[in-house]
Amino acid sequence: MSPLKISWKSILSKPLSSALNSLLVAFGVGILTVLLLASSQIIEKLNNNSKGVDLVIGAKGSPLQLILSSIYYIDFPTGNISLAEAEKVIHHPWVKRAVPLALGDNYRGVRIVGTDTNFVKLYALKVSEGRFWGRDFEVTIGSKVAKEQQLKVGDHFYGAHGLMESTDIHKDHAYQVKGILAPQGNVTDHLILTNIASVWRMHDHRDEKHDEHHQEEKEITTVLIQYRSPMAVVLFPRMVNQSTNLQTASPAAESARLYSLIGVGVDTLKGFAMVIMLIAAISVLVNLYNSLKERSYDLAIMRVLGASRRKLLLIVIMEGMMISLAGALMGIALGHVLLEWIAMYQDKSHAKLTGFIIIKEEAWLIFGGLAIGFCASIIPVLQAYKTNISMILAKN
Amino acid sequence: MIKLQHVSHQFEKGATLAFDDWTIQAQEQWLLLGASGSGKTTLLHMITGLLKPGKGSVTINETQIYALSAKKLDQFRGRNIGVVFQRPHLIKSLTVFENLLLAQRLAGFDEDHKRIREVLNSLNIAEKEGVYPSQLSQGQQQRISIARAVVNRPVILIADEPTSSLDDQHTSIVMDLLKEQSESNKAVLLVATHDKRIKDSFTHRYELT
Repeated sequence: MSPLKISWKSILSKPLSSALNSLLVAFGVGILTVLLLASSQIIEKLNNNSKGVDLVIGAKGSPLQLILSSIYYIDFPTGNISLAEAEKVIHHPWVKRAVPLALGDNYRGVRIVGTDTNFVKLYALKVSEGRFWGRDFEVTIGSKVAKEQQLKVGDHFYGAHGLMESTDIHKDHAYQVKGILAPQGNVTDHLILTNIASVWRMHDHRDEKHDEHHQEEKEITTVLIQYRSPMAVVLFPRMVNQSTNLQTASPAAESARLYSLIGVGVDTLKGFAMVIMLIAAISVLVNLYNSLKERSYDLAIMRVLGASRRKLLLIVIMEGMMISLAGALMGIALGHVLLEWIAMYQDKSHAKLTGFIIIKEEAWLIFGGLAIGFCASIIPVLQAYKTNISMILAKN
Repeated sequence: MIKLQHVSHQFEKGATLAFDDWTIQAQEQWLLLGASGSGKTTLLHMITGLLKPGKGSVTINETQIYALSAKKLDQFRGRNIGVVFQRPHLIKSLTVFENLLLAQRLAGFDEDHKRIREVLNSLNIAEKEGVYPSQLSQGQQQRISIARAVVNRPVILIADEPTSSLDDQHTSIVMDLLKEQSESNKAVLLVATHDKRIKDSFTHRYELT
């Protein structure tokens, strides 16, 4: 008959109200868990994909759009830029690595990216099967692409114009899969990589049919820049803006801006969860307080049987804490299941979330749950501490 | 054994209630008589260590109980004094057996299952050990509360109006049990009552007027 067991039996003796209190705590903690998991995964994905890229250069337009299209591959590019103009800045001594990207085609919604070996170095890519692309119209595909589109080394496919699934298929040239990338855990798992010339030839050919545009200078979509020195952070974008007609965007700054936009919603939900937790705390408090009134005679009897005041405090506090701890644990489990359920309704994309990840911040939720139990118990506990047992027993 | 010297209680309104000195020897059986409002419960609570007298001292087994620290006093009470209340007041969320375990643990003793079964057997309610109080009759609950009071082999067994809500038949049963249990546990028996039915069965009396 330890104090713990006495508290536990007391909880079991009123299962409905105990369960209701736990459930309230569980809802609050559950919402917080979902938010915590989702936001940590989103931040991780944002950071993971922009790792090593200090600056993106592209056509004039929204810098956020530039980042979204060239780092996360989720929005449309701002337009194309002339290769000659880009060449003017990418050979600057501050630039350690410049990765040209030519976007514009897709295969069943998977983006085809024309680039060069710098892309491979930037993301430290490795092939798990076959080899990297070499000649025109050879491609190396991301691991998720291979799985989801069921492409193997040696397969042929036709690209389509645009970035979304479309019927405007380039029937003239077929791409051939030469290799499959090892899983990277970032956006490259969801891309089809080829050389820039393939993208150009795919479009040149079509242009020839219509007019004499093929004399026009070569174009690319964006260039990813990796700096050599930290000094470039401030000076290089200014230099690009002054000397060319190009637009620059910093992934770090734009990601932060993007996150601050999402952040408003996240903060609202967090506030909502906090309110639920507060209500849970009040409910636990009221319940303990009421049960304490009923139990004041019980507690007096325990004093007669030899229990010290402190032991009674322990019994009441532990009762509150057990209810809220159970709620916190349920809430965390609920949060994980909920997020996994949400993820089931997400389309197959590299932004997909998962509920099967445990992060260390969840320990804070458990701690928070215990704190709620403690705070909710403290008022009834003080009440119990003050009671005069002689009076209670005399009243009978 | 038990000694009350110059004990008086100061009420909040200012009135003072003084009690005659009282000495009880080991294993004596005493009746504490008095009309309601005469201070029976006050005196009982003082002996039980629940209510510190305004003046005077209460000595049990050579221990001045109000000289003890609050925690020591709680433990002293749990170990040396068994109390039977007017109504059983068992802990509803615990089974009969657990109620007795609780008495042992709260007094700071180790759990002694053998002793619990022994006491339940002596009160003829051994078969109810796994049952919750709400499933028992009032008479059975009263037996359990007697078992709880004697399970730690107290020096004093105190009963506060144990029979006031019982009929004649149960009154004599409960009184017999109390006497029997105090004898077999070698405890002083102290019964506070205004119940005329049990007046005659005690030789020692302490009357409040």
